[in-house]
Amino acid sequence: MTDNWREGGFGLYIHWPFCAAKCPYCDFNSHVSSQIVMADWQAAYLAELARYARETPNRVLSSVYFGGGTPSLMDPAVVGAVLDAVAGHWTPANDIEITLEANPSSVEAERFAGYAAAGVNRVSMGFQALNDGDLKALGRLHDVETALAALDVARSTFDRINFDLIYGRQDQSLEDWTAELQRAVGFEPDHLSLYQLTIEDGTAFGDRFARGKLRGLPDEDLSADMYFATQDICEDAGLLAYEVSNHAKPGQESRHNLIYWSAGDYIGIGPGAHGRLSLGGRRWSTWTELSPSKWLDQALKHNGEAGREALSRADQAGEYLMMGLRTTRGLDLDRYEAISGVPLDEMVLQDLVKNGYLNLNNRYLAPTRSGRAVLNAVIRELLPS
Amino acid sequence: MTDLAHIRNFSIVAHIDHGKSTLADRLIQATNTVPDRDMKEQLLDAMDIERERGITIKANTVRIEYDALDGQSYVLNLIDTPGHVDFAYEVSRSMRAVEGSLLVVDSTQGVEAQTLANVYQAIDADHEIVPVFNKIDLPASDISRVAEQVEDVIGIDASGAIAVSAKTGEGIREVLEAIVHRLPAPTGDADAPLKAMLVDSWYDPYLGVVVLVRVMDGKMKKNDRVMFMQNGTVHQIDKIGVFRPKMQDVKELGPGEIGFITASIKQVRDTKVGDTITHEKKGCEKPLPGFNPSIPVVFCGLFPVDSAEFEDLRDAIEKLALNDASFSYEMETSAALGFGFRCGFLGLLHLEVVRDRLEREYDIELITTAPSVVYNIYMKDGTMQELHNPADMPDLTYVDHVEEPRIKATIMVPDEFLGDVLKLCQDRRGIQLDLTYAGSRAMVVYDLPLNEVVFDFYDRLKSVTKGYASFDYSIEGYRQDNLVKMQILVNDEPVDALSMMVHRDRAEMRGRAMCEKLKDLIPRHMFKIPIQAAIGGKVIARETLSALRKDVTAKCYGGDATRKKKLLEKQKAGKKKMRQFGKVEIPQEAFISALKMDG
Repeated sequence: MTDNWREGGFGLYIHWPFCAAKCPYCDFNSHVSSQIVMADWQAAYLAELARYARETPNRVLSSVYFGGGTPSLMDPAVVGAVLDAVAGHWTPANDIEITLEANPSSVEAERFAGYAAAGVNRVSMGFQALNDGDLKALGRLHDVETALAALDVARSTFDRINFDLIYGRQDQSLEDWTAELQRAVGFEPDHLSLYQLTIEDGTAFGDRFARGKLRGLPDEDLSADMYFATQDICEDAGLLAYEVSNHAKPGQESRHNLIYWSAGDYIGIGPGAHGRLSLGGRRWSTWTELSPSKWLDQALKHNGEAGREALSRADQAGEYLMMGLRTTRGLDLDRYEAISGVPLDEMVLQDLVKNGYLNLNNRYLAPTRSGRAVLNAVIRELLPS
Repeated sequence: MTDLAHIRNFSIVAHIDHGKSTLADRLIQATNTVPDRDMKEQLLDAMDIERERGITIKANTVRIEYDALDGQSYVLNLIDTPGHVDFAYEVSRSMRAVEGSLLVVDSTQGVEAQTLANVYQAIDADHEIVPVFNKIDLPASDISRVAEQVEDVIGIDASGAIAVSAKTGEGIREVLEAIVHRLPAPTGDADAPLKAMLVDSWYDPYLGVVVLVRVMDGKMKKNDRVMFMQNGTVHQIDKIGVFRPKMQDVKELGPGEIGFITASIKQVRDTKVGDTITHEKKGCEKPLPGFNPSIPVVFCGLFPVDSAEFEDLRDAIEKLALNDASFSYEMETSAALGFGFRCGFLGLLHLEVVRDRLEREYDIELITTAPSVVYNIYMKDGTMQELHNPADMPDLTYVDHVEEPRIKATIMVPDEFLGDVLKLCQDRRGIQLDLTYAGSRAMVVYDLPLNEVVFDFYDRLKSVTKGYASFDYSIEGYRQDNLVKMQILVNDEPVDALSMMVHRDRAEMRGRAMCEKLKDLIPRHMFKIPIQAAIGGKVIARETLSALRKDVTAKCYGGDATRKKKLLEKQKAGKKKMRQFGKVEIPQEAFISALKMDG
């Protein structure tokens, strides 16, 4: 069981917690601050990298991911220093994927060349919408024209590009969305992340929703229609769904995110970052301080990790079930049973297969298209009571 | 012991919200019965639910000492009675213990249905009645209009009415004087054998059963051995006193006085309201005429949401019943809901009050099934059985006919809403008995089936009249009608807790409404669910709940794993709280919400 993670790979996540503005839908750990000392952050990241490297010697690293927040606000020199250190600590895979999340603004596009020179080979751009009214409603600082210009810069700079869109926005009709998505696939990205707007507690949208002030959100049927239309349009454009909200040309899937969905190991560095590490025969969940200043302080002094806990077999199995079923490849039942020690309830499983929610092929259990749309219900059925 | 000439016993008759409790507070305050620092609003309403809802559920008593303008001191005993129709029985017995009533009418509103129902009880009890027009501090107050109404509708002289503002205290002294000079003193013979009326009783955790008494003849004191004549039981008085409104011991109670005794009695059921109390030795020969006991008219099932709480529910119900003899219960088993109790109530408010108390005071989450009335089922073999639960309806081939309880409903409503009220009553199978006017207000009297009233009649009435109608009713007996049992099937499984008796002509409509409601109340499942209403084997209405189409977390990455897995596990655990019918989970709210009709 110790080496089970190898099936999912090994990745590194670096969290940059700052944004130019907080978006009303975002529940990620992001902060607006004018006092960022790049040198301190670089030193903290490097200290953490060294600490984790001592725990994970002789591993091959498949991916590095700079997420946030808005990592495209980082000084390219910091990114460069981090990636140089990474190369010293671990053996990079031949096809290592190094992604950086970026806002599609002109200021940030100017830094793209610097990131590429530092070693970033994939950029994930937060477009969110292709019309200015909705961008404003979503609290975004860019407009469509600027975003498209940034996309051009990105194309000439990076091998691989993803961009994100959010749908199911206020007062968005099915026709509005399909037209917008058609336009998006027309830009021929090799990867698209298409998220249905989710109202999270603790966000500005969450508060407005609770007060009944967030109107015009789609009902379940419209949501479903939008979701299925999204699948159709992407498939027709050769962008295959490989996960609930992610579509890619074959071979262009995000290696990093696949580590999460296939229960690989990952180091999480930065405020609020989580990790999963298989060490000494156990699988550990690690977490860090949420507050940027506290994390920075602790990481510089001794250790940026706020705690770690060994996961039970049941917890590991539950996570693999929840994550694995998000992918079209699905859940490896042999691996699941090796982790869990207890197979899934055969009756429930067969019932879900019979009702067209799951496919079972060569011991891989994968959601069908309609199963993926109701995956939470499928997982609730399968989770052991 | 106070001499008879210096005692006045009275009650206050009023519609809900006309200011009865505030007036009582003011009388207590004006006579310094309670120090100012202990005053709080609705002083006599002790239960949280009474204060919160602004209603009086139990009769309460207070003894006030008043120094009148004639220089003499009087003892005034007020019995504060519940205003609501469900507790009309408490009103009638309280009336019998006093000689006069204040008729409180809100001078901005006028006479309402409950004013009528209660004032007739006072008239039946031969009371002297003093009209009191309240809320004269408000601009909308119209005393001459209200006086006219009182004379027209009730038929009593309103010329001596007292105008008051219980809020500001204006007119309170006049009320006290009127109590002394216009209400009759009680009569009785202190030397005759003891004859006392058992007015009410309740359970006190420290004292056991407390008995509220009105002495007619003779005297009672501590350590007396008294007999409760109806069942012949003998008890020794441990404690004797009056309410001010807190308990205060006295040496003895004589004729005309109202007070309490305790006598190591364990259960309220051992004290029959209306019973006559006398001495064990040298007792009186003839008891006072008794009261008719209150009979539950509305029944429903109460089940714990968590079936492991059944024993807790049993304890809670037994404790509540100690103090509320009008509430009946027996164990019930439902295929759908497991173990619970079939409980009988005086009316819907009584049901709600008991349910609220169980949930709040005993912290038990409950599923309440459809309220039902008691049907008389006449079998072909000539026997009759009472049906308390529609699920127990015998096979129709053995049934000759079914009778249902009817009520006489009195509704007072401003002119402009009359049409809506008539339509509502017609829709509920009502037969109009009377329609009269007093000024711009109409009074309609309808003969209605009780089962059409128990669900949501009062809510509907309030809504179609924007809250301006008032309503009261009395049970009038049983009548045969074309009544059938309607079953609800969810995913082809009958849900016994949703079975109901309906009139055949209205079955399709009710069935359709139920199916539509349930379609909204039951969450979508991973398969489509037919929801049907059926009579016998015949489906009369059907809806289909579509299968779940979309329920997926859009974003789930490394940092989300722990939280999102916990959320799914919590949702899975939450599903267990719902009731499982075959493969379908029905949330508990569905059982009661499904019955509320919109039209």
